Amino acid sequence: MQMSHHIDPNDLGPNGRAEKVSAGKLHAAQYIVAGILIVLITGLWRLQVLGADNFRALAEANRIRKVPILAPRGRLFDREGRLLVDNYPSVSCYLLREQVKDFDADLPLISQGLHIPIEQIQATLRRYQIAPKYQPIPLKQDISPDEQAFIAAHRDELPELETLDEQRRLYPRDGFAAHLIGYVGEVSEQMLDDPRYAFYSPGDVVGRSGVEQTYDSLLRGKDGSRDVIVNSHGKELGHLGQELAVPGKDLKLTIDLDLQIAAEKALDGKNGAIVAMDPHTGEILAMVSRPTYDPNQFSVRLTKNYWNEIINNPDHPLLNKSLQAQLAPGSTFKIIMSVAGLQENVAQTMHVSCNGGAEFYGHFYACDKHHGAVDINNAIPYSCDTFYYTLANRLGIDTIAKYATSVGLGQKTGIDLPDEVAGTMPSTAWKLKTQHDKWFAGETISVGIGQGAVTATPMQLARALSGIASGGVLRRPHVVFADEVPSDMQQAIQESFPGSGDATIPLTTENWQLITDAMANVTSSPIGTAYAAHLEGVDFAGKTGTAQVIGHDALAKTNKGHNTEPNAWFVGMAPRRNPDIVVAVLWEHGNWGNNSAKLASQIIDAYVNKQRKLDNNIRIAATPEPAKPEPAKPTNPTSEAPTVPSAE
Amino acid sequence: MPRFSSYRDFDWVLLGFVLLLSLISVLEIKSATLHTKFHGFDHKQIQFLAGGIFLMFVISLIDYHRLIDIVHWAYGVSVLSLIAVLIVGTKVLGGRRWIKFPGGIHFQPSEWVKLVLILAVARYFWGLAGKELTWGDIGKAAAMVVVPMALVLKQPDLGTALTYLPILICGLFLGGIRVKQVGLVVLALALIGGVAWKSGKHLKPYQQARINAFMDPDSDPRGSGYQIRQSLIAVGSGGIWGKGANKGSQTQGDFLPIPYTDFIFAAFCEEHGFVGAIGVLLLYFLILMRLIQNAQTASDLPGSFIIMGVVAVIVFQIAVNVGMVVGLMPVTGIPLPLLSYGGSSVLFTFLSLGIVMNIRMRRFVN
Repeated sequence: MQMSHHIDPNDLGPNGRAEKVSAGKLHAAQYIVAGILIVLITGLWRLQVLGADNFRALAEANRIRKVPILAPRGRLFDREGRLLVDNYPSVSCYLLREQVKDFDADLPLISQGLHIPIEQIQATLRRYQIAPKYQPIPLKQDISPDEQAFIAAHRDELPELETLDEQRRLYPRDGFAAHLIGYVGEVSEQMLDDPRYAFYSPGDVVGRSGVEQTYDSLLRGKDGSRDVIVNSHGKELGHLGQELAVPGKDLKLTIDLDLQIAAEKALDGKNGAIVAMDPHTGEILAMVSRPTYDPNQFSVRLTKNYWNEIINNPDHPLLNKSLQAQLAPGSTFKIIMSVAGLQENVAQTMHVSCNGGAEFYGHFYACDKHHGAVDINNAIPYSCDTFYYTLANRLGIDTIAKYATSVGLGQKTGIDLPDEVAGTMPSTAWKLKTQHDKWFAGETISVGIGQGAVTATPMQLARALSGIASGGVLRRPHVVFADEVPSDMQQAIQESFPGSGDATIPLTTENWQLITDAMANVTSSPIGTAYAAHLEGVDFAGKTGTAQVIGHDALAKTNKGHNTEPNAWFVGMAPRRNPDIVVAVLWEHGNWGNNSAKLASQIIDAYVNKQRKLDNNIRIAATPEPAKPEPAKPTNPTSEAPTVPSAE
Repeated sequence: MPRFSSYRDFDWVLLGFVLLLSLISVLEIKSATLHTKFHGFDHKQIQFLAGGIFLMFVISLIDYHRLIDIVHWAYGVSVLSLIAVLIVGTKVLGGRRWIKFPGGIHFQPSEWVKLVLILAVARYFWGLAGKELTWGDIGKAAAMVVVPMALVLKQPDLGTALTYLPILICGLFLGGIRVKQVGLVVLALALIGGVAWKSGKHLKPYQQARINAFMDPDSDPRGSGYQIRQSLIAVGSGGIWGKGANKGSQTQGDFLPIPYTDFIFAAFCEEHGFVGAIGVLLLYFLILMRLIQNAQTASDLPGSFIIMGVVAVIVFQIAVNVGMVVGLMPVTGIPLPLLSYGGSSVLFTFLSLGIVMNIRMRRFVN
């Protein structure tokens, strides 16, 4: 039978129906098929030829996960290289949000396995909402071996969980030097808003106070990362390469561990602060504030209980009282008064007769004793208020303020630690500016004995005494040696912590000798207020201060369980001229300056003993071994005696 | 009446192309399941292919006129089996599509209904040959296809239900629908579709999500957009030459969803690139041209109709599946004939080819 492409009567079947499909339509079908395939090929061309690079990058991103390698944080040592702060390995659990399919369904299991309440996980997620999706969220730090096993066992169901080996901070126990060292914690939202923290991401661990905060950028190093090939379930299939972490720099602090121990012991069970420094360099040798806290609690899962305990403690354990307690300096201020009085040529010739106080401007100002005839030489050891009331009255507030400011009162010292406060040194200009009122001459009288509007921190007093005792050069205190820090960072730190910096005090040699001799009598003479703290054979000098925390009248009225005992101050040094060490002690409600002097003497004692031991060692090392008697040979030409060839 | 048929007239060239595609299929299934729990599916696919080829030869021996004679019975049984699926079917992935027989055999009636519809439509239009189509004729043809379609949609299995449409369209086209009628039908369908989409009542939420994902794949990259996004990445990252067999990171890393069934072409494109993909599409082109040629040489009208029905279904599946993989179509669960893993799909394809061979072998016989 002939093939035909047309319907014609021959193609009709037995019942007269067409037996063939129109050939035109079948041709059309061929074109339709070809057309569809061309459209599909165009689609493939678009993806595989034009978009290949873009999609290749996406495919890489799909299977490569950057696993961070955390840089170990730099350790901290004391000035002799003794370890203060170390790291220990720990494992943390992270949430990879890109791996999450149905988090609400997984939540109960995660909560149960990691022992974290569901609400807490949800709160964490909310906190990280702004963070990019690829960034892992820390769910729990320092997880237990059981929790690690849980994560490993549920890898298939919970591909979003990832563990990460980390280094955790290990601080000395019992809050030792806690305020100086500081602590680390997760970067806070407020910090992230601060341009200085622009390079930090949520979840980063940063120094939150003390040296940890100031030198964070040096201590933290630089995190690296490892490129891991994973499948869609997060299972590792291999890895490509890695960028190693740059460990943080180890830092040597100016702290002397022995002195720090002595200072910690001295303040044990008390509230207050101790600062010990090298007056020639501004190096801080010891710094203690009490009460203290445990910085380890901050570096790993700070519990709500511990936080509440710290925050609600009326003695404010987080406060570094060395830098943040601004209190009336009491009679320690008399040293500054003496400088002012002598330099103004007023005090040399001043003689007062102390009968337990004196009257100024119609008001009686009391002294705690009848000192009788007092001049500048015994005014300091007696701590005679009457003398200084009179001196203050003669000098006037602005002259006093000029000298007090020159030794750094009313300004930050610029120490390389956060949150220092400035204290107050009143003057007529100060009062006009802050209280829009004029200064009354009567107010000057109280300032003369370190009461009234004048306030200072232990650090300011230590520095002021350092300047006076060393002959007039005031150093910027610091806790990290300058050569430990790159110069650009030193610059940045000095700018972040502005203070008066190094300065020279107007003080003649004669006056310097007079003041330091008088201070020596405070501790070494039986007439001195701190004779009880004297150290046999040690040239230990200083000045006590007993500062009322509340006025006499108010004291009579109040009875509310507040501690109304005066604050006990002492600033001391050894030896009296060109001292190697200056100590400032604040014992809150310690009652008498004498009590603080005894604490200071413990630190001076530790210092002197250590120096003696060192000196002895040097002396022993320097002593030549006794020569063995060698009677047989009177001379030994072959031994150490060099035979120098004669130069001809 | 058929008296004699010979394997000399069997389309060996067509079979060659088909077997070449089947080989590619087996290799790609092997690659795509290499690191998964579906490892070994390539062996199962070989068994399906063997069964399919056997059935192809068997059905080629039965004169297709006999099949047309009994198609009204088959159609009845089809509709009943689809109803049965809805009542006693095994629920898999949220849909009832399979009837489970003792001995672990799963049977998906909707696949073989395709074949029955092809035969039924051929028979129907044969009866109308030489006559101008009236609205009544069009309505009856539409009803014949829409009834099983509705039952399959109910399962729900939008993908398979949609494959019935090209059978109807092909029938109407070859059966002589007039341009004016086409315009009105398209208008009506567009209207119904528009209203259905607007009211949203006739699409499951997941189906709406798929269409949304198609419009904007990045809108929900972890949700409904995930599949299409991963598929585009797989295809695109394959580039011109591909990443090599068993080396596709999207396929091997389990990022590409179901890379051995609906997304097998994406897996193939990733590993063999634009060049490989063109090769496969060329093979399809050759197969389809060969089929249309067989329709041209068929000895009678129902033969041509049946072959063109098969062509329509295969073209539609290629267009929808490959279109989906390259992002030109929304995600629909339609297998790619001869490439996707799956017994029902393999059996349908080879039974269809068996009937095509059957028609070809009888092209000189009357």
